[in-house]
Amino acid sequence: MSEVKIEKLCKSYGPVEVLKDINLTVGDGSFVVLVGPSGCGKSTLLRSIAGLEPVNSGNMTIGGRQVNDLPPAQREIAMVFQSYALYPHMDVYNNMAFGLKFAKTPKAEIEARVNEAARILQLEPLLKRRPRELSGGQRQRVAIGRAIVRKPQVFLFDEPLSNLDAALRINTRVEIAKLHKMLKATIVYVTHDQVEAMTLADKIVVMNKGRVEQAGKPLELYYKPNNLFVAGFIGSPAMNFLPAQVKKGGILALSDGQELKAALPSSCKAGDTVTLGFRPEHMTLGGAGKFALTGIIDIIERLGESGFAHVRLPSGHTVVAEVRGDPRTGSGQSAKLTFDADYLHIFNAEGQRLD
Amino acid sequence: MRKSASAIAVHGILILYTALALFPILLVIMNSFKARKAIFGSPLALPTPTTFSLIGYDRVFGDSSIVSYYLNSITVTGGTIFFTLLFGAMAAWALTEYKFRWNTLLALFLAVGIMVPIRLGSVSIIQLIVELNLINTLTALILVYTAQNLPLSIFILSEFIAQIPKDLREAGRCDGLSEYSIFFYIVLPLIRPAMATVAVFTMIPVWNDLWFPLLLAPTGGKQTITLGIQQFLGQYITDWNAVLSALSTAIIPVLILYVIFSRQLIRGLTSGAVK
Repeated sequence: MSEVKIEKLCKSYGPVEVLKDINLTVGDGSFVVLVGPSGCGKSTLLRSIAGLEPVNSGNMTIGGRQVNDLPPAQREIAMVFQSYALYPHMDVYNNMAFGLKFAKTPKAEIEARVNEAARILQLEPLLKRRPRELSGGQRQRVAIGRAIVRKPQVFLFDEPLSNLDAALRINTRVEIAKLHKMLKATIVYVTHDQVEAMTLADKIVVMNKGRVEQAGKPLELYYKPNNLFVAGFIGSPAMNFLPAQVKKGGILALSDGQELKAALPSSCKAGDTVTLGFRPEHMTLGGAGKFALTGIIDIIERLGESGFAHVRLPSGHTVVAEVRGDPRTGSGQSAKLTFDADYLHIFNAEGQRLD
Repeated sequence: MRKSASAIAVHGILILYTALALFPILLVIMNSFKARKAIFGSPLALPTPTTFSLIGYDRVFGDSSIVSYYLNSITVTGGTIFFTLLFGAMAAWALTEYKFRWNTLLALFLAVGIMVPIRLGSVSIIQLIVELNLINTLTALILVYTAQNLPLSIFILSEFIAQIPKDLREAGRCDGLSEYSIFFYIVLPLIRPAMATVAVFTMIPVWNDLWFPLLLAPTGGKQTITLGIQQFLGQYITDWNAVLSALSTAIIPVLILYVIFSRQLIRGLTSGAVK
């Protein structure tokens, strides 16, 4: 069992609170991704789990063992750094074997483990090379290999793909997913890239300003975001938000007078101010959906198979809608946007989801 | 055209300077191979078959104490380099890596050490060494030279240590290294070029110094070579053959050390960045 449990974790640098009351469980063998904008505390949380950052209060267990006061090496974790942090003066073999040598692992065992890791990561021909003679992707694999040989309870990844170019990033992402399946490892992974988060995670933890905004399965976060922050953060391009007023009879009135009729959640009362959210990919230009908004097309970003129409409503708000194929309209034309009421998200004035 | 003209000018200046710097050394080496009469008769002439003589070298190496002076100089220089690098790197590591209360103040205090010449404290240094019963020992010289060279070496080494990525030290911590192991196995190998630089500029003034050997170890067979040569310079008679030969041979050890360190320097520069 290598479950990671974090309870009421707090950390501050002087008066600045960077982690506020974090509660998080990483199940045995699960892949948890921490996402959030920069400065949200996700890296700090990861480094706290690793033991590289002291925490002010709270409790942390790894595999049922309390690790609050243990140094990194005794927590049975392995960390993969964004900059790879390979020892530049050692070849690939020694980079992977270094920690084991210090743990006084028998030589035969070290060799077996390093060779096994090299086989898994296809590093065998590179074992005698120095880090500077490797490409970015190869360095990344060595860094992962260094983590594997330690046979840790938990793998910690700190934005491991952000130094790679786009094509390599996708490859390595798939490699990491495969590796997770093969090793059945418990992984905590930090990224600011929500595509990485969606594709890799069993569970995504969205963080903002030192708090956990929502934790859950990727699609759960996509279809049922708890609040405005998560709704805006998950999905690309971001969800459209429009302010609206609730009227009697389940009518939502936009500020420019357009009205939408929907089956409103019971907690919605007439007179409430709410924020409506709908994703670009759930909207259609033209079409015959139940909901419709009209506006003027500002610009259409054409990506080939699809595109994004930026439509300005009379109220001044801009709404982005995904369009399939090559629409005949263009800038300056008026457009009717329709969408399915099932995909409408309603948030109250505090930004919390209403169901 | 203009480019080559300026290149010629630059090289001309450099050649002139090199000649100027090398001339006295060449003169010493040349004359060390000549008989006494020839040294005074035609000091600028190369040794010829008639004027060639090894009498100076005979006298220097015939004198067993001179050999031990060489060893003294090598011990003092070697010891100073070793302790300066060791303590300098350790202090630099501590000042850059760990945040403690008096961190900035301590760094400032050490920076002051760069500006104040140690010779100002000669009198109290003598008193201290006498109290410690270290007069006429090589230990005294090594201690004083190490103290003299530490401030600047800490200053330079901490600049280099600060450039080592933080991730690398933390990777070491995750790998289970103690703070000492991180220092010896990760930090030291990575600042080797900087240490070579520090070694070179530590070594040369120490090897050439006459002041502290004269004050702290003037007798008892603990003289360094620069001081030992003085025995050939008398008030009335100076054995120029011996002086010149001793000076010529005194260049060799320091030259060898320099070659070793400067190689490290070049190797360090080409050993590549972290990422």
